[in-house]
Amino acid sequence: MTSAMKLLIIEDDREAAAYVVKAFSEAGHVADHAVDGLDGYARATEQTYDVLVVDRMLPKLDGLSLIGRLRAEGAKTPVLILSALGQVDDRVQGLRAGGDDYLTKPYAFAELLARVEALARRGGPAAAETVYRVGDLELDRMSHTITRAGQDIPLQPREFRLLEYLMRNAGQVVTRTMLLENVWDYHFDPQTNVIDVHVSRLRSKIDKGFDKPLLHTVRGAGYMIRDGAR
Amino acid sequence: MTALGKLLRTTAFRLALAYLVVFAALSMVVLGYVSWHANALIAGQLNATVNAEITGLAEQYRQGGIRKLVAVVDERSNRSPGGSLYLLTTFSGEVLAGNVSAAPAASLAEAGEREIPYQRTGETTTAPYPAVVRVFLLPGGYRLLVGRDTEERERLSAVIANAVQWSLALVVVLGLAGGVFVAKRVLKRLDAMTETSRTIMAGDLSGRLAVTGSDDEFDRLAQATNAMLDRINELMAGLKEVSDNIAHDLKTPLTRLRNRAEAALRTATGEEEWRVAMEQVIAESEGMIRIFDALLLIARAESGGARGQIAEVDVAEVARGVVELYEPLAEERGARLTVEALGQIRVLGNRELIGQVVANLVENALNYGTTDGRPGEVTVSALALGADARLVVADRGPGIPPQDRSRAMERFVRLDTSRSRPGSGLGLALASAVARLHGGALTLEDNAPGLRATLTLPRAADAVLAAAETPKLASPRPAAAE
Repeated sequence: MTSAMKLLIIEDDREAAAYVVKAFSEAGHVADHAVDGLDGYARATEQTYDVLVVDRMLPKLDGLSLIGRLRAEGAKTPVLILSALGQVDDRVQGLRAGGDDYLTKPYAFAELLARVEALARRGGPAAAETVYRVGDLELDRMSHTITRAGQDIPLQPREFRLLEYLMRNAGQVVTRTMLLENVWDYHFDPQTNVIDVHVSRLRSKIDKGFDKPLLHTVRGAGYMIRDGAR
Repeated sequence: MTALGKLLRTTAFRLALAYLVVFAALSMVVLGYVSWHANALIAGQLNATVNAEITGLAEQYRQGGIRKLVAVVDERSNRSPGGSLYLLTTFSGEVLAGNVSAAPAASLAEAGEREIPYQRTGETTTAPYPAVVRVFLLPGGYRLLVGRDTEERERLSAVIANAVQWSLALVVVLGLAGGVFVAKRVLKRLDAMTETSRTIMAGDLSGRLAVTGSDDEFDRLAQATNAMLDRINELMAGLKEVSDNIAHDLKTPLTRLRNRAEAALRTATGEEEWRVAMEQVIAESEGMIRIFDALLLIARAESGGARGQIAEVDVAEVARGVVELYEPLAEERGARLTVEALGQIRVLGNRELIGQVVANLVENALNYGTTDGRPGEVTVSALALGADARLVVADRGPGIPPQDRSRAMERFVRLDTSRSRPGSGLGLALASAVARLHGGALTLEDNAPGLRATLTLPRAADAVLAAAETPKLASPRPAAAE
């Protein structure tokens, strides 16, 4: 689906890093591993990576300082911060330091994969397009209209933003927390299946009555919108 | 020796010593000034007396010549044994009249004022006294000496010197004694405080510093320290309670997790069974992570650590947003979720935390706020009351009995009625902690029937001002929540 990415995992826990590196390679990506902040900084400046995954607490040079240095030198590589600290303030600190996304430990690998893929794509061509197309479904960001097979589908404003986010990441897994963060701007973990209900509502509007479903549930991970034929 | 060394090292003693030196120096200066001026005064008096004598004698001399002068000097010499000194001699030194027997010849050679030793006529045994004299040369080679004994001046000097010595001694003795006394007193109380602190540090947190009731600086220090110890005690008790609860409430799911894994190892045969077992294990661990997160958040909120991201938050918007988020879920469960939140109600706070609390309260209401067989009915409202903003989540379910309400806000407390339903028992504790973090409170009330949870937060100061100036909002927008 996505072309293979080249990633750098900067993480001092070798076992955790080995697991992540292996899991990324199973997903079709190439991941390097650096064991401390200075090592990570050296590698990140020597080679080109699509995304850096940086643990926040690292020996020799902590994660936030490392990101600060890279950003000061003008490096624009997207960075995902991994942290055991988590929670509201730490996330804000991490993003302020130059991180692009923040994930708290422990996490599901599916969540990490989905977020890293979303980061790698962020600067891609899809972000600039005004019309998103998946199969016969079309979303016009300028006129706020949605059509499927030429047929108008009216949506609530929030449903529109939900679909917009899914379609911008078409062909990619989008997790529930990613949806809550990007569509509702909340970072907590709802104990109930609120997001599922929103997605199934949206699904009933865009898929019902058409023989080919576009909005898929990815078991254990989240959702994906794609043209099944591809 | 060590006790003395300790005494000498105390601040109180050093201060006393410093004051002592200053006072001693000051009294020296004062006494020196006084003695100098007294001397000058007495010298002036001596001069004046001698001058008066001379004026009188000069008058006599002018009227009756040397003869008259001799008679007058003779008469005055005999009249005043203690006071003035007179001596009239010829050029060769022969005494014509006077009461001074032994004046050095040289002192009579020239006219002028000087100090000389003298002896009175008839006094040969005693040592010569000092005197201030003035010598005149008269026509015919006569010499007249008029003077005054300076014994008074000497005596005064002696008195002053005596006073200086005694007062200095007194200052030193009293100062030292005072220094020792004050230092000992201070040392005693400080030692008592140090001793108590040591026992407290050794682990006996119930110890308190003694307060004498004099309300001096030691009492105030003791009171502040005691208040600090009380607070530490409270925190320790809270910590212990939390760790007990953590032990209990995390061990339960840990045990379940372990049991599932063991059961799978023992009995699972096919891949499908393994998969199911693994999924259950993951689900169980996720539940534990959630409990951890909630606990951490409560701890951060209670310690004030989560206040960092403070900005203006429109709680009416939060209420509308949360209702919009949960409305489809409510509908799916056959419950009715409505919002009553008009316009803008601004508070200073953390939008994430407030949003999460409202979401928790709504989830609680949807989970527990239903009576079997009746569709749930949950209302979220945001209103401004004076300086307060209120977020109210009300349901029509069984509610919480009054005696259980404050307990329900403690960590991990799950009332019996809710034990059978899912939940960590941290939702209300978190809501309460977040309310306190914002300087507000969470209250649980009877909604007759049902539960009414109210999150009271202080409104942003300028928002209150603006509301006071314009009592009515221009055009309240109706809530946009379907």
